[in-house]
Amino acid sequence: MLEVKNLHVEIDGKKILDGLNLTVRDGEVAAIMGPNGSGKSTLSYVIAGRSDYEVTEGEVLLDGENILEIEPEERAAKGIFLAFQYPVEIPGVATMTFLKASLNAQRKARGDADLSTPDFMRLVRAAAASLEVNPDMMKRPLNVGFSGGEKKRMEILQMALLEPRLGLLDETDSGLDIDALRIVANGVNALRAANRGFLVITHYQRLLDYIKPDVVHIMSKGRIIKTGTAELALELEKNGYRDYVADAA
Amino acid sequence: MAAVQETVDHVKSLDVTEYKYGFVSNIESEKSPKGLSEETVRFISAKKNEPAWLTEWRLDAYRRWLTMPSPDWSRVNHPPIDYQDLYYYSAPKSTPGPKSIDDVDPELLRVYEKLGIPLREQELLAGVQTSKVAVDAVFDSVSVATTFKTELAKFGVIFCSFSEAVHNHPELVKKYLGSVVPVTDNYFATLNSAVFSDGSFVYIPPGVRCPMELSTYFRINEPNTGQFERTLIVADKGAYVSYLEGCTAPKRDENQLHAAVVELVALEDAEIKYSTVQNWYPGDADGKGGIYNFVTKRGDCREDNAKISWTQVETGSAITWKYPSCILRGDNSRGEFYSIAISNGKQQVDSGTKMVHLGKNTTSRIISKGIAAGRSDNTYRGLVSAHRKATNARNFTNCDSLLIGEHCGAHTVPYIEAKTATAVFEHEATTSKISEDQLFYCRQRGLSGEEATALIVNGFVRDVLQQLPMEFAVEAQKLIAISLEGSVG
Ligand SMILES: Nc1ncnc2c1ncn2[C@@H]1O[C@H](COP(=O)(O)OP(=O)(O)OP(=O)(O)O)[C@@H](O)[C@H]1O
Ligand SMILES: [Mg+2]
Repeated sequence: MLEVKNLHVEIDGKKILDGLNLTVRDGEVAAIMGPNGSGKSTLSYVIAGRSDYEVTEGEVLLDGENILEIEPEERAAKGIFLAFQYPVEIPGVATMTFLKASLNAQRKARGDADLSTPDFMRLVRAAAASLEVNPDMMKRPLNVGFSGGEKKRMEILQMALLEPRLGLLDETDSGLDIDALRIVANGVNALRAANRGFLVITHYQRLLDYIKPDVVHIMSKGRIIKTGTAELALELEKNGYRDYVADAA
Repeated sequence: MAAVQETVDHVKSLDVTEYKYGFVSNIESEKSPKGLSEETVRFISAKKNEPAWLTEWRLDAYRRWLTMPSPDWSRVNHPPIDYQDLYYYSAPKSTPGPKSIDDVDPELLRVYEKLGIPLREQELLAGVQTSKVAVDAVFDSVSVATTFKTELAKFGVIFCSFSEAVHNHPELVKKYLGSVVPVTDNYFATLNSAVFSDGSFVYIPPGVRCPMELSTYFRINEPNTGQFERTLIVADKGAYVSYLEGCTAPKRDENQLHAAVVELVALEDAEIKYSTVQNWYPGDADGKGGIYNFVTKRGDCREDNAKISWTQVETGSAITWKYPSCILRGDNSRGEFYSIAISNGKQQVDSGTKMVHLGKNTTSRIISKGIAAGRSDNTYRGLVSAHRKATNARNFTNCDSLLIGEHCGAHTVPYIEAKTATAVFEHEATTSKISEDQLFYCRQRGLSGEEATALIVNGFVRDVLQQLPMEFAVEAQKLIAISLEGSVG
């Protein structure tokens, strides 16, 4: 469903992605691991449509259509969801309000009618229950004063509600305690489906213990330098990036 | 607050590319001769059949105005106003004075319908509104209809046009007119005192809680016409009233002057809540046209335990110059000021409040949210003062500014004067921007740049929106979204 072809990306004239190629198939969970600064978050931002990045070459295809030309909100409506490494605070806007606005904006873009308030409430309650999020939190302004772990959990709750085609998870495991990690991973697993793909960015094997990847990519200096099975992540955990990164240099 | 969602919905359903109240209606009007002179003042007074004392009161104001320099201390800029090039009185020809609603020109009723303000009571009753709102509609210089008068009269509440009050309740008008804003208070208030045309008058008798929201809609239709309305609200001992004012004007290339005076008097234990949704035509993106909104609003907590609260949502006008204030004279009296001021395009806003603490244990609270976009300038100017005898005076002030884009300005100018050591004044101020991170986050979730901005701004102003009566909070949110049109990207 997702094909990234020969992607070159710069920011302020500095090259960050350097001819990156990547495919995520329907139903697949692909993990990306790689040293700090290798460009993982950049990749997820470029797929989602953040504007400060300049794509100098290459394509990002979603179901065969190049999405680089369309706005972030249009990509969202087509089913691209990014769980942010650093979720953003929106003061004064109740989480519930934000979720409803997002969901209905996407529905509208797809030509569906707004969800009625009771239907919406039912969906939110179910999502909150499955991620063990206290419903009171939905009344608070989005992410304001949320702990690091609460923010991450809320990202996954949003994903569950928006039911994307492709979920990009950028270090969703960082900041989660042991129990939260299991809850969030279960939440992701529950969303695994034949018509949905995931790109899971992480530094640690422990997340992949819960979310079993179909494929693991190693990224360095803006490229995928090795692709393998779940075994690859276990190897990395033992030996670090030394062997691979040296190759790429 | 679920209403935020409604904003987003409303933005979608509205034609946000146009100032939607910008239409001109073809209603024949009767005007005073152009320009300002003693004759103009006499003409207006005669048109309204005013008693001699009021004619003299106006003439006295006019003579004093001639000796005053126009003010230059605010942060706004405009070419000098040619006071001889304006009409000071304009009335729809078919409506010589306020009558029964059935006599109102159907064309006028259609104008108000177009503005979303049904004047027919049965429509109000049949409408979706959950609570009743009595409306006084002022078209150019005269009041054309006041609804629910009879029902209000059952409670002894007087709600009518100012002109009517002069005839039917002269003793009240004489007692309170100019008692809060003296004739010589400032340049524009003095001008208003000389040429004011119409406005609303409210009197709530002792111990009465006004059974519905009272509301006035002002509409400037004629070109080259100044609007000088005068509003006077008196809440007698233990009374309560909530009042809302709304304003619109057609799009015109030339600037139009609006110089109103609003006086509020709250006696012992009385409370007045005054809300404004100001949406005068702001001019086009290049700053051509628009209303000059130079307004004097002041409330007097004249006796003990009185309370006056100003809430304003200011989105329109080319220039806004406005400082709704409270004189806290009675012991334990309380003043509040909640403000949302939005400027976009080339709008200039210089607004704020004065809280003058005179009595013991008086308290005041100021929450101001300024939002600047485009190439606009947005200034909060506020004064908090405590008199020598105002022991234990307390004020809390919070001024937040939000900038959208790189070319706008926000300024905070607080003045504080405490002549008693027991006064405690707190002041907080912040300036922030809508960050790229916030916008991208919202857009990633499917909201357009404009929807995202409206949502973030609604979050920013939430504390103040909550002060508005429910029906108007929704309207205010729509306005916020509309007035930010074009501020993104
Ligand atoms: N806005 C920016 N301005 C300048 N440099 C940037 C910007 N954004 C990213 N970079 C640089 O691009 C490189 C890749 O950053 P990116 O955040 O994509 O890395 P990452 O692989 O996600 O790292 P981490 O594992 O630490 O999250 C880094 O060197 C970073 O400093
Ligand atoms: Mg990263």
